[in-house]
Amino acid sequence: MSPEVVLPILIPLLAGALTLAFWRSQRYQRWITLFASFALLAAGLWLLDSTREHGYVVMQMGNWPAPFGITVIADLLSAIMIVLTGIIGLAIAIYSMVATPDRHERFGYYPLMHLLLAGVSGSFLSGDIFNLFVWFEVMLLASFALLTLGGERSQMEGAIKYVTLNLFSSAIFLSAIGLLYGMVGTLNMADIGYKLSQVEHTGMVNVVALMFMISFGIKAAAFPLFFWLPASYHTPLIAVSALFAGLLTKVGVYALYRVFTLMFTGDVSYTHDILLWAAALTMLTGVLGAAAQFEFRRILSFHIISQIGYMLLGLALYTPLAIIGGVFYIMHHIIVKTNLFLVSGVVYRLLGSYDLKKLGGVYKHRPGLAVLFLVPALSLAGLPPLSGFFAKFIIIRAGIEVEAWVVTAVALLVGLLTLYSMIKIWAEVFWKPVPEGTDTSALTGKEKDPQMWIMLLPLVGLTLCTLFIGLNGQPIYELASDAAGQLMNPAGYIEAVLGVSP
Amino acid sequence: MIEDNKKIMKTNTLILHTAALFLLPLQLIFSVFLLLRGHDEPGGGFIAGLVASAAFVLYLFAHGVPATRNILRVEPHDLLAIGLLLGLAAMFPGLLYGEPFLTAQWWEFTLAGSEIKLSTVLIFDIGVYFAVLGTILTIVMSLTEAEE
Repeated sequence: MSPEVVLPILIPLLAGALTLAFWRSQRYQRWITLFASFALLAAGLWLLDSTREHGYVVMQMGNWPAPFGITVIADLLSAIMIVLTGIIGLAIAIYSMVATPDRHERFGYYPLMHLLLAGVSGSFLSGDIFNLFVWFEVMLLASFALLTLGGERSQMEGAIKYVTLNLFSSAIFLSAIGLLYGMVGTLNMADIGYKLSQVEHTGMVNVVALMFMISFGIKAAAFPLFFWLPASYHTPLIAVSALFAGLLTKVGVYALYRVFTLMFTGDVSYTHDILLWAAALTMLTGVLGAAAQFEFRRILSFHIISQIGYMLLGLALYTPLAIIGGVFYIMHHIIVKTNLFLVSGVVYRLLGSYDLKKLGGVYKHRPGLAVLFLVPALSLAGLPPLSGFFAKFIIIRAGIEVEAWVVTAVALLVGLLTLYSMIKIWAEVFWKPVPEGTDTSALTGKEKDPQMWIMLLPLVGLTLCTLFIGLNGQPIYELASDAAGQLMNPAGYIEAVLGVSP
Repeated sequence: MIEDNKKIMKTNTLILHTAALFLLPLQLIFSVFLLLRGHDEPGGGFIAGLVASAAFVLYLFAHGVPATRNILRVEPHDLLAIGLLLGLAAMFPGLLYGEPFLTAQWWEFTLAGSEIKLSTVLIFDIGVYFAVLGTILTIVMSLTEAEE
């Protein structure tokens, strides 16, 4: 009996139901949200502790044995993702307490946020491919609603692209599940992995593998199907953008990691080669797209895409070191990216714009905020001793070890271009003097903002997390290494679920 | 003038008006029947919730949103919240006996000579019933109000 593996799903669901029950009181909703976020993070840490001790934590829902019932399972990667979900959830909850406009709160902002977190946690913990699909849909449903909350024209425009491409992806996902079920007759992921390793590898398996790759690739915003992300991520509330930027695409990446280490490993030279090129092009298009932008959130959105490329690269190289790098990268990226989006929100509150041309002078008046930007920005670009440096270093080293020169060169170049983008933001927003005609009363502190410290709190926390990962490289590396060890050895996963060793 | 016409059309459909009054209780009873037989035979919380919402939606078409709110007495999203909480509550009893979440627990006893079986499955189904009812009524009511 190990309740910790289900708690990360139950807590957001319960909080969602409670915030719905307290529909009329925004005050109660905020406190429930805050409390639930703490609980989610605590449950995540408990789960991580338990997976470190036992390796795998499994629960068969309703006591129906696998492969007939629904399995909920956490290995180290799942547990790490849940902890990260908890950290981001908490940061967003604190930030939302003061930054959410009244009309958003009245239209169900908090219940939707909990539903989204439940979907994300469910995806990370599901041991059943069809349930993975269901949790994806839960997550997407909540994200559709959050994206359009507020009802502005630009939001609708972004949401249409987002919804269309994501529904397309879901349709492919569902068809792939159907085909797979037709081949192996089971939906339990461990059982699928076991059966696929037993039968002769046919072309049909590759077709299904590619269908999964396309579907998850759309959700992860990988090349060439990433258009929906830069079209939509800059439109909603900044807290929503930050939550999406941190978690949603990473669910797609997680699903790719799970499926292409557990199930489709029979023809690595084919499937992972395609992934490799997709990864390189994702990195390159993302970073070039960012270089052309002049809007704070759009630059950051394009950088999500280029960073997704690094994570895919880790999976595509498919050596133990590369997988370690990928896992490390996910940890680093989720924290840094959310942090940067939140910084853009604070700057917006100070100067009332996201357009780099209209911003300026933040360093002069708010040096503290400038530091809170600089740490994650330089970490994103990969400067030592910050978290991004180690993440990039491991992946690039893995690339050199297998002599994948082209993609390694691309990865290095993208790091440089990322630095360029970050310096552009630094020069425009923080360094240059405030442009004429911008209202500076909030920036210079003439207009007191008593709630500002609550908004800065999550920024400080996330920055400390970045520094912690960077300065504690060794223990974090070991954690990533254990997680990668489990991923590279799917037999352990299969045995934990089915109770037989293949 | 057009507005008036619309109102007249809505309130003057006498057959629908009367039929909705009679059908509402019938459909609600049928939905409870579906809910309870759902364990062994076709039925269950989801379909029962749909039947119940059909009853209220029919009433809504005939009598308008305010009248439906009146007979419903609670806000539809409260129904949704109650449903979700009931569904979640059904997950926990299994935990008390050291079994995984969602493990069905049965309580059997005889009342007035007939055997009665209660279970967490039933609580879950009732939760689904209310959640479906709440969701559909929330959607239909907001759409109708937006139209008006």
